[in-house]
Amino acid sequence: MIAATFRRVLPQLLILGVVLLLNFAVFPGFFHIEVQNGRLFGNLIDVLNRGAPVALLSIGMTLVIATKGIDLSVGAVMAIAGAVAASVVTGGAGWFTALLAALAAGLACGLWNGMLVAFFRVQPIVATLVLMVAGRGVAQLITEGKIMTFLNEGLIHLGAGTVFGIPTPIVIWLAMGALVTLVVRRTALGMLIEAIGINETASRLAGINSRVLLVTVYLTSGFVAALAGVIVAADIKGADANNAGLWMELDAILAVVIGGNSLLGGRFSIVASLLGALIIQSVNSVILLSGMPPEFNLVIKALIIIVILVIQSPIVKQSIYLLRAKASSTVSDMPGPASRPQPAKETRS
Amino acid sequence: METQMKPILRAKGIDKFFAGAIALDKVDLTLYPGEVHALLGENGAGKSTLIKSLTGAYHRDGGTIELDGAQIDPRSPVESQALGIGTVYQEVNLLENMSVSDNLFLGWQPMKRRLLDHREMHRRAREILKGYGLDIDPTQLLSSYSIAIQQVVAIARAVELSGKVLILDEPTASLDREEIELVFSVVRNLTSRGMAVVFITHFLDQVFELCDRATVLRNGCVVGERKLADVSQGDIVELMLGHHLEATKRRAKQSSPGETILSMKGFGKRGMIEPFDLDLREGEVVGLAGLLGSGRTETCKVIFGVVSADQGSAELSGKSIRLSSPRTALEHSLGLCPEDRKTDGIVGDLSVRENIILSLQARQGWTRPLKRSRINQIVDEYVKALDIRLASPNMPIRLLSGGNQQKALLARWLATEPDILILDEPTRGIDVGAHAEIIDLIERLREQGMALIVASSEMEELVAYSTRVVVLRDRRQVRELRGEEITTDRIVKSISQGETAA
Repeated sequence: MIAATFRRVLPQLLILGVVLLLNFAVFPGFFHIEVQNGRLFGNLIDVLNRGAPVALLSIGMTLVIATKGIDLSVGAVMAIAGAVAASVVTGGAGWFTALLAALAAGLACGLWNGMLVAFFRVQPIVATLVLMVAGRGVAQLITEGKIMTFLNEGLIHLGAGTVFGIPTPIVIWLAMGALVTLVVRRTALGMLIEAIGINETASRLAGINSRVLLVTVYLTSGFVAALAGVIVAADIKGADANNAGLWMELDAILAVVIGGNSLLGGRFSIVASLLGALIIQSVNSVILLSGMPPEFNLVIKALIIIVILVIQSPIVKQSIYLLRAKASSTVSDMPGPASRPQPAKETRS
Repeated sequence: METQMKPILRAKGIDKFFAGAIALDKVDLTLYPGEVHALLGENGAGKSTLIKSLTGAYHRDGGTIELDGAQIDPRSPVESQALGIGTVYQEVNLLENMSVSDNLFLGWQPMKRRLLDHREMHRRAREILKGYGLDIDPTQLLSSYSIAIQQVVAIARAVELSGKVLILDEPTASLDREEIELVFSVVRNLTSRGMAVVFITHFLDQVFELCDRATVLRNGCVVGERKLADVSQGDIVELMLGHHLEATKRRAKQSSPGETILSMKGFGKRGMIEPFDLDLREGEVVGLAGLLGSGRTETCKVIFGVVSADQGSAELSGKSIRLSSPRTALEHSLGLCPEDRKTDGIVGDLSVRENIILSLQARQGWTRPLKRSRINQIVDEYVKALDIRLASPNMPIRLLSGGNQQKALLARWLATEPDILILDEPTRGIDVGAHAEIIDLIERLREQGMALIVASSEMEELVAYSTRVVVLRDRRQVRELRGEEITTDRIVKSISQGETAA
């Protein structure tokens, strides 16, 4: 099981390694980590910390995409969750109540999306587009159009604090990633999600309750988006309805794609998506550390990502496979490439 | 009289191979001007392949085509259209969001100084459609007219572009009676102008109403060419199904079925299957016979709740139940192996192992995963019992052959230990060996006391394993055959004489 997972995420690990080395090349102190005031410091820690929102989003997005869906609303849900948390603490309640309220808001958003997709059969891209646009409006209503700042230590801790010296966001996304991975893989949830993503008609005929599963994945996506929203708000000690999580849904989708998960649904790997999120953050880091003028940032990011996607494209995979097949002179009697021992890049777990 | 006429189209010895399999084996087709020629055969007999080979959509592997006495060799449907052979498919291949005139003239629009001449286009469209008895406004969107009118527009377009031979592939499948009349009158009008029309359909009544001659295909061979005035529907059905007159062994002899477990009264779904009664007892196999589109598959689907019935009631072991979804059917210990394995059966990218345990796991719910050891035990057991040939249970099921996929699907349902198993075309498209094994399996399951409903287009098969055979026609049950009555002859007769028995 662990070996299979490792084989599955090997391409992502390699890419991450290369991008981290690029970081090292432009900034030799990149791997340096030190403890200051009982807190870990270093560029690597920054990557893990800054990558937290996209990493969290990618967990839910992976599940949604596995069902052949997509959730465009996560950025807006982040804004709503941040606004809810901020308004609850400024209203005088404690940080924990604020967190619960934000998570409940996230679940409500997920339920809305899930109902539209599962019961009203609205195409996921349209269903979630509604909330993507309207959600930011909802967040603005909550904050009354201002940046709602707060000073609640407990809430700020979620974004800027540490747990045993590790920044809290890192702890949260690692824990969430591990939890969801365990739940989907230790129960039958993962397999059933993959089944409806691959062939919903056949799955329904096999007796699978696809509606419940669809609602579940959108709920998960809403939940992790709310967590990400709280972290982002806590980090800046305020809820900014206009900018919190803006365009982040696209980074989350990109993380899932870099993770080698097909947008057509089916087999998925959350670990690979999390690595994808880290790759994106490392790319951001390269650009910052290289000291290039900021106006180059987006263009360079796009170029690096195009290279990553081309490396993962079926054509390149196929040629790598053919090269290997040529190299090994032993001819297998199995029909077709997929039934013989596969090169690591094609293995899915 | 046809013999004195020169044929307008003569195809001789058409061969077509697909990856080693023979799809068409020296097929001849002769069309005379002014005739409607039916092309008949069960699904997979080669009708579509023949049409596609004639029009150049497929590259034929052998044979010659003569049109008006001259050899032709169309490489594409566009080329054959230019030569004079037009085709209209079941699903109207037109652009609904454009006007009727646009659809008629797309690709050969009348021009005036390099610009579209709309006025001329609409004028000619109106003129052409008048010739078909249609007085409609051609400037309107195509989608504002009924399917029948769209179908006639498609025919008009094909005739304008070709003009010698018109091929209609199931043009009436989605039309009601009056609309069918409209299409028929258009076809008669065309043949009176000397065109030859090829008519493909599953509705035999329509064949006898409209057509002059028929060519019957079976397994890629022509098994007969008949003047329809000289034969009965029964003869044609016999030709299509190719039932061999040597008596098939009846294996499910006088079995002693147990108690009734499933009982349906007036069960049906409007527009899909007429209400029917069905009692199913333990240890019996009820065969569903009928031509394609007769309601075999629909019966299976409505029992399993794929589409929920809108009338009638169902009782399971005396208790009233609602079969509203596959999920409830699964909870009531029913199983269904669907007709279309690829789209409704297998989950292609999941492993064989996962496919086998899918329904069992779905019934248990996702929170209670099957133990690894239990999964392995189940998978090993059924792989062995059904002799599923695979390299590893971890390989994606889509890589298995059709027969092995079918066995894996059977395993999926057997693993849920169903009381009632519905099999829709369990032997379609699988090789001979697996075919026999599945028939043996049906026999074994029946002996173990399971109740089975098996829909099949293969008469011999139904005769071999059924304790009762229900014959369907035009979406209603027309006859039930029991015991000694179950012979291929009787089934064929019941199918072709359906209306008298009803």
